[in-house]
Amino acid sequence: MFDNFPLWPVPASSGAGNVDALFIFLVLLAGFMSLAIFTMIVMFALKYRYRPGHKAEQIEGSVPLEVTWSAVPLAIFMVIFVWGAILYFRERTPPREADAVYVVAKQWMWKLEHEQGQKEINELHVPVGRDIKLVMTSQDVIHSFYVPAFRIKQDVLPGRYTTVWFHPTRPGVYHLFCAEYCGTAHSGMIGQVVVLEPAQYQAWLAGGMTSGSLAASGQSLFQQLGCPTCHRSDVQGRGPNLVGVFGKPVELEDGRTVTADENYIRESILSPNAKIVSGFKPIMPTFQGLVSEDQLTALVAYIKSLSQPSSGAAGPATPAPRI
Amino acid sequence: MATATIPVEREHYLNTDYGIRSWLLATDHKRIALLYLVTITLFFFLGGFFALLIRLELLTPAGDLVLADTYNKLFTMHGQVMIFFFLIPSIPAVLGNFLVPMMVGARDLAFPRINLLSWYLLVAAGMLMLHCIFTGGVDSGWTFYTPFSTAFSNTKVIEAGLAIFIAGFSSILTGLNFVVTIHRMRAPGLTWSRLPLFIWAHYATSIIQLLGTPVLAITLLLVVFERAFHLGIFDPTRGGDPLLFQHLFWFYSHPAVYIMILPAMGVVAEIIPCFSRKRIFGYSAVAMSSIAIAVFGFLVWAHHMFVAGISLYSAMIFSILSYLVAVPSAIKVFNWTATMYKGSIHFDTPMLYAMGFIGLFTVGGLTGLFLAALGIDVHVTDTYFVIAHFHYIMVGGAVMGYLGGLHFWWPKISGRLYPEWLGKFAALTVFLGFNLTFFPQFILGYLGMPRRYWQYPPEFQVLNVLSTAGSTILAVGYVLPMIYFLWSMRYGKIADANPWGAAGLEWKTSSPPPTENFEEIPEVTWEAYNYDEIPSPEEVPVGR
Amino acid sequence: MDVEQQRNAASLGMWVFLGTEVMFFGGMFCAYLIYRYWYYPEFAAGSRSLDIWLGTTNTAVLICSSLTVALGVRAAQMGKRRLLVLLLLLTLVFGLAFLGIKAVEWHDKFVEHHVPGASFSAEDLIQAYPQIHIDPARTQIYFSLYFAMTGLHALHMIIGVGIFCYLTYYSWKGRYTPQYHTPVEIGGLYWHFVDIIWIYLFPLLYLIDRKPLK
Repeated sequence: MFDNFPLWPVPASSGAGNVDALFIFLVLLAGFMSLAIFTMIVMFALKYRYRPGHKAEQIEGSVPLEVTWSAVPLAIFMVIFVWGAILYFRERTPPREADAVYVVAKQWMWKLEHEQGQKEINELHVPVGRDIKLVMTSQDVIHSFYVPAFRIKQDVLPGRYTTVWFHPTRPGVYHLFCAEYCGTAHSGMIGQVVVLEPAQYQAWLAGGMTSGSLAASGQSLFQQLGCPTCHRSDVQGRGPNLVGVFGKPVELEDGRTVTADENYIRESILSPNAKIVSGFKPIMPTFQGLVSEDQLTALVAYIKSLSQPSSGAAGPATPAPRI
Repeated sequence: MATATIPVEREHYLNTDYGIRSWLLATDHKRIALLYLVTITLFFFLGGFFALLIRLELLTPAGDLVLADTYNKLFTMHGQVMIFFFLIPSIPAVLGNFLVPMMVGARDLAFPRINLLSWYLLVAAGMLMLHCIFTGGVDSGWTFYTPFSTAFSNTKVIEAGLAIFIAGFSSILTGLNFVVTIHRMRAPGLTWSRLPLFIWAHYATSIIQLLGTPVLAITLLLVVFERAFHLGIFDPTRGGDPLLFQHLFWFYSHPAVYIMILPAMGVVAEIIPCFSRKRIFGYSAVAMSSIAIAVFGFLVWAHHMFVAGISLYSAMIFSILSYLVAVPSAIKVFNWTATMYKGSIHFDTPMLYAMGFIGLFTVGGLTGLFLAALGIDVHVTDTYFVIAHFHYIMVGGAVMGYLGGLHFWWPKISGRLYPEWLGKFAALTVFLGFNLTFFPQFILGYLGMPRRYWQYPPEFQVLNVLSTAGSTILAVGYVLPMIYFLWSMRYGKIADANPWGAAGLEWKTSSPPPTENFEEIPEVTWEAYNYDEIPSPEEVPVGR
Repeated sequence: MDVEQQRNAASLGMWVFLGTEVMFFGGMFCAYLIYRYWYYPEFAAGSRSLDIWLGTTNTAVLICSSLTVALGVRAAQMGKRRLLVLLLLLTLVFGLAFLGIKAVEWHDKFVEHHVPGASFSAEDLIQAYPQIHIDPARTQIYFSLYFAMTGLHALHMIIGVGIFCYLTYYSWKGRYTPQYHTPVEIGGLYWHFVDIIWIYLFPLLYLIDRKPLK
């Protein structure tokens, strides 16, 4: 609409249209209310303007009116709340089978890595029609991953992963902005999301030089750092068997149960004794300072791959510990 | 009463003593109010100057006027100066200080020397802030988000933080003075339900100042400690949590916006009845709404954090609470509008500002509904949509309320009338300039232009140019009153005690009032806004 | 304003001010509670490194000082000038004793390298408690909060000492009578408040986990 003077970005994701629908409803509501108040003020100002001999009528108030104009707005607000909350719930709940892309933000660029190993800087290629989930962290300060065309935005924090997901519906090139002030080149930390037809996307994947998939580089790191010494998959080791762990509930020794998501894996590598799995001792050393954010992303991707049905890793020879 | 064209040099608070010492050591609340007026006006123009530079830079997509680092300092300092050294003090410290004692029938505030202290605190804080600005500045954003402000910024974060910390105490002491005065110093017969709504509004504001500002104080102190001593309370690489900073910061900074708007609502609640010649519609509803806003305002802070990484469920709770806090504001808008119904409307400058306030505050408040809607907020938070929203409320609302109040009470404060036609012209200029500046920013925001951007993609240029054009008009609208208020102090027509025929104890004493406010403390036997008993100015043969 | 109205106003003013102080300390207590919940082992270890006898003594000192303050207000109400001066002096002695002991504790922390910053080290705690894993960064958070909270409290104590010097001087000069002793009352309120803050700080900082380790 309005190609020469657009009022909103091209909707390019499955969620964008729904966000726009609520927005248009709110514009109409706000427009109507503003017009109503404006009209009443102008009307009263003109109709009841001072004229000699004309006295004002002293009106105390009206309880029924107060109740009405409290209850009606409240009801309308509740409708808006529910509508907005539903949109938000969907927007923050990625589908289970989404393709993951790992994002590391730093002053002042976006580093993205696909599971297949493709690395990109300030650019993200995705195929149309797939669910894409971004697993993001920052190397320094808070940034925010914002793609107006998809109507998504998520702050990217140092020290943990945050996620955002989208489902592109329209091939094209769309703005990517950093939306949380992060210093000198905050307004330069921009890029683009390139949505390709599936065939073109495959071509793009094949064409790039990669050093193997992210999970594969994670696997070699896993070996290098000596993790299999304790995290064995053939016999019960000193550490939990990590095959099949990702995404499942884990029982901790203090009785709590947590889900083994990206943040849990990351925390377990950097602060291993924050959450001890039930039945194991707190003997894992910390790798804080020994692995970079990129390496952490690779390790997380590898451990995720151990939960995928046809993963390349060795299948479980022993049942996983009680989790 | 005789025509007041022959100036009889009666003694009043302005001429009772001369010399700089009599001003710098004044304990008279009216003189302190004027000290504040001068101070915050200086800061307003400094903050406005920063805004003009920002708008000039944004005329073109490229960053070609100032360096990126300079731009980052400009928007940071614009925010800090405008919020902490202009908006937060503005109405309470100028109009509140001047009027609260008079409106309750007292001779001064409960603690006059603490009142003077709170002005000195603002001045000390202001000097520290000016030193910070002119020896390098600060670029953390007025929101000081960590770990950027504590571990990455190379600018004077500590100095700015300490300046704001000190300014906070000025705010706290003002609030303390008002609460005690309103509770303990009302004239005989002046029950709570007879108080002007200006007093209710300042009472609610003071509660927020007292309960909220200390939390900002401790938060900024922790940021200063962290930066100075390399602690890690908010730094994830040292065991801390950046989100903890955000929660603590917004716990104050959200109620702070109600500190900025409630007094303006109080001003409007005085102006509309006067220029409609009738009592306010729904007095109790408006009074209780002020208190409700103050209370609910403390429960919604994390609506600034919907995309910050808080849990889905807490986001939902804060969203629904944010809708609840919108209801009392809506009630007020309806009651003010209803007050005009079957009134006898006069279009003097204060009334123009009040009507403009209702319109612009309504738009700003309605756009708050957009932001409280979780699904929409994800798209528009941290964009120009938010900037437009808060400027509609703080500039279209609070500043217009402040200007309207200054015009309304100017005769009382100075004993002179400002030139009415210039006043109307300036009001219209402000209204038009304001809308042209900020309405395009709603569109810019939904289109996706993020905030705090020094450079931007070319497709956003047209709207930015419109906005900058508006800001130059707005600037003219603000400069005009400065000029004619000063002019009026020497050449303006002399005002009598009640040129507007307004209700309220402050109008029962002379213009300007004597130092002790009243010859005799009145005994109040009437309800507020008794416009059925007060003759309209045209009906009384008094020179105007 | 007549004397009664002044006294009323001053009293309300002090209570309101103390309300703001609650919010001021409250922000830090909030940060403390959150980090304690997340980092319990480090907080427990840090807490055990504090000298409980010095802490307990300080608590007793402050409670006694509140007693002398309360008795002082009563002396003022009864017009007993000499008694008032004596009690205010005693309060000052207790207050200074508190600050002295606090200085000793801080010195200990400095010597043990528990002061956050460049020379911070949690090695001694890590060695002392091999059976639990102690993260140095998290331990530093405990000590950062320890110093921030006790430091702010000590600052308020110093201000309190200043106020009581003023009150002692003017009591000795005979300014306070049974009809007018408002400054003594509201000064007393302030002192009690600073005492109560300590009553909260003591268990929160010193008594996190004093039972023997399992």
